[in-house]
Amino acid sequence: MATFERLETRQAPANTKGPIHWAKENLFSSVLSSILTLFSLYLMYITLPPLLDWMIFDATWSGTKEEIVNEGARWIFIAEKFNLFVYGFYPEELYWRPNLALVIFVVYVIGFRRIDNTKVRAFIILSFPVITYLLVAGGFGLEHVPTDKWGGLLLTIIVASVGIIASFPIGIIFALGRQSHMPIIRTISVIYIEFIRGVPLITLLFMSSVILPLFFPEGMEFDKLLRALIGITLFQAAYIAEVVRGGLQAIPTGQYEAADSLGLTYWKKMGLVILPQALKISIPNIVGSFISLFKDTTLILIIGLFDILAMVTLTNSDTSWLGFETEGYVFVTMIYWVICFSMSKYAKAIATKYNTER
Amino acid sequence: MKKQNKSSAPSVAFYNNPENRAIIYQILALVTIGLFTYFILDNMFDNIEKRGITTGFGFLSSEAGFGILQSLIDYDESDTHGKVFIVGLLNTILVSVIGIVMASIIGLLVGIGRLSSNWMVSKLCMVYVETFRNIPILLQILFWYNVVLASLPSPKQSISFFDSVFFNNRGLIIPKPLLESGFIGVIIAFILAIVAVIYLSNWAKKRHDETGEEFPLFWVSIGVLVGSPLIIFFLSGMPATLEIAALKGFNFKGGLTIIPELLALAFALSIYTATYIAEAVRAGIEAVPKGQKEAAFALGLKESIVLKKVVLPQALRVIIPPVINQYLNLAKNSSLATAIGYPELVTIFSGTSLNQVGQAIEIILMTMAVYLTMSITISMLMNYINARMQIKGR
Repeated sequence: MATFERLETRQAPANTKGPIHWAKENLFSSVLSSILTLFSLYLMYITLPPLLDWMIFDATWSGTKEEIVNEGARWIFIAEKFNLFVYGFYPEELYWRPNLALVIFVVYVIGFRRIDNTKVRAFIILSFPVITYLLVAGGFGLEHVPTDKWGGLLLTIIVASVGIIASFPIGIIFALGRQSHMPIIRTISVIYIEFIRGVPLITLLFMSSVILPLFFPEGMEFDKLLRALIGITLFQAAYIAEVVRGGLQAIPTGQYEAADSLGLTYWKKMGLVILPQALKISIPNIVGSFISLFKDTTLILIIGLFDILAMVTLTNSDTSWLGFETEGYVFVTMIYWVICFSMSKYAKAIATKYNTER
Repeated sequence: MKKQNKSSAPSVAFYNNPENRAIIYQILALVTIGLFTYFILDNMFDNIEKRGITTGFGFLSSEAGFGILQSLIDYDESDTHGKVFIVGLLNTILVSVIGIVMASIIGLLVGIGRLSSNWMVSKLCMVYVETFRNIPILLQILFWYNVVLASLPSPKQSISFFDSVFFNNRGLIIPKPLLESGFIGVIIAFILAIVAVIYLSNWAKKRHDETGEEFPLFWVSIGVLVGSPLIIFFLSGMPATLEIAALKGFNFKGGLTIIPELLALAFALSIYTATYIAEAVRAGIEAVPKGQKEAAFALGLKESIVLKKVVLPQALRVIIPPVINQYLNLAKNSSLATAIGYPELVTIFSGTSLNQVGQAIEIILMTMAVYLTMSITISMLMNYINARMQIKGR
């Protein structure tokens, strides 16, 4: 007769797999995969330690130039020239003015999120450029600072912001023009957009700095910075136009027809129905095109403006600080990288937030 | 509303009729643009006259009088500005082609790497893309030129590979192939091989359509393309030799020197553009629905066939347009060479020639026309490819 006895209860098998299992699955799943893993490890082994040594462990962080003993980066150069990198030749006693503009910007951004009133918002957007200009260039009794004194990161940010703000309305106009039913308007828009997108920015900058003065009567002097800004704005407008057109094309025809059947005029239809939707879905691409613009602002150094990248060469022409290019380039690289990377992450976050199709 | 118009469209005021309005708006736009153009052209001719600038394209046949660092055709100081234009154009094409080839290879590898099931490989590829696409291309060019290549040793201490390739701060020095007269046979063999491969692929496609039999076209084509010139090369008694550079005094003599400007530009352009190509490749492969792959496996197809016949044809349709766009961007970005002095179109023609001649309008318009022609040609080509590759609905 069979006897039955009760077995000891066993522990349930672990449902979490250990790091070794993970490594087997993700790093050594096949021969090829193992080889690739080892190769990657080797690659990191030969690049990372020297890089970290140079940048952090072996670097000189303080002291004077004569005291440098370490092999690594000499960051004291950046500390010494920091003001030049950030403000260019802007008078030192007036640094508070661009700083104040930055504070106002932060306050405005916070205020913009809190206040839910279109008129106040419009006021914020329209007043900011004016206030910044008055602060940075001087006005209202503030001492005037000519544009050739602007430089460094300050100039980079000014060029990028003006390019972004000024190109936006022009870009929207051309996007609407390209979608228009009127053949002549459409042709003009297409020619403009395709011409600008077909040539490199540098030739446009050459054009605006060399040919533009010829287009206007004598005595009408254009500031060097203004000429660069015109070139950059015309360039960026064409790219914004294409991005907005993408948004316009994604709006279902029904929306246009519904707006028409309500008897809205063209501008009301566009302003109240189509554009709010089109702009919303094109925000990630607009931010993307702003990132490109921000990177493209470096080109102004070719026509002789001193943005932050030009400061590397300039600071290295100081005879008592020769041979510090590497530190300069790495510092500028880090600034650009941080700004561009955070903007691209922001664009991604917005794309997920506004993706109402999910 | 008047009664007699009841049957036709309701009568509205002339200026409220949308059609009339459209015409009025367009006329207004044309008149505005016309007046503006007249205004700037009038000023332009005025200014040109006042400043005593010569006009016209006569300068193209006048002597340039400056040397050029690198030229693909024979050029010396007594040649004309017209020839400078050609030299610059060829150098632009050279760096664009090198950049496009390198960027495609890196971009393809990294794009596939990002989708790898190997965690470390995919993360490394991601780091590569996120690092290099967020640094301005001009900064990368300057970094390669002023930091990396400038820190290379002098010719005497150059890094050498197999004693025939040398790398130093004067550039990369590689052996130079010297072609003898018999080499023409090899070139003819190669051209014939291309023709043969075209015929072969047509025949294989026809046979596949009729009988369903597969032909190993890829490997056979490679064999024909590489093999037949090689056979002719050896049969005709190797009519080419390699001239290896040798250190004479302070510099190398002989060999083919690739100047550091070209190296820096090619590296920076290809590394930067590769990040965009990698993203395009990744997006393209991800765009193929999983079900397509599963269905192909369910039919019992091998993995290689699934990739070749199911995944790739669908992925390529998504990948090709953005990649061609990136090629165009690379060619346009090559104009940044002017910052490091690589002698391409913008550097020597819109730079040196412009400074000598002073005819900014003609020179910049010519430069723009080159890039414009390039992008219009490529976008027309792209439209053609798109139309051919579109899935034909039944």
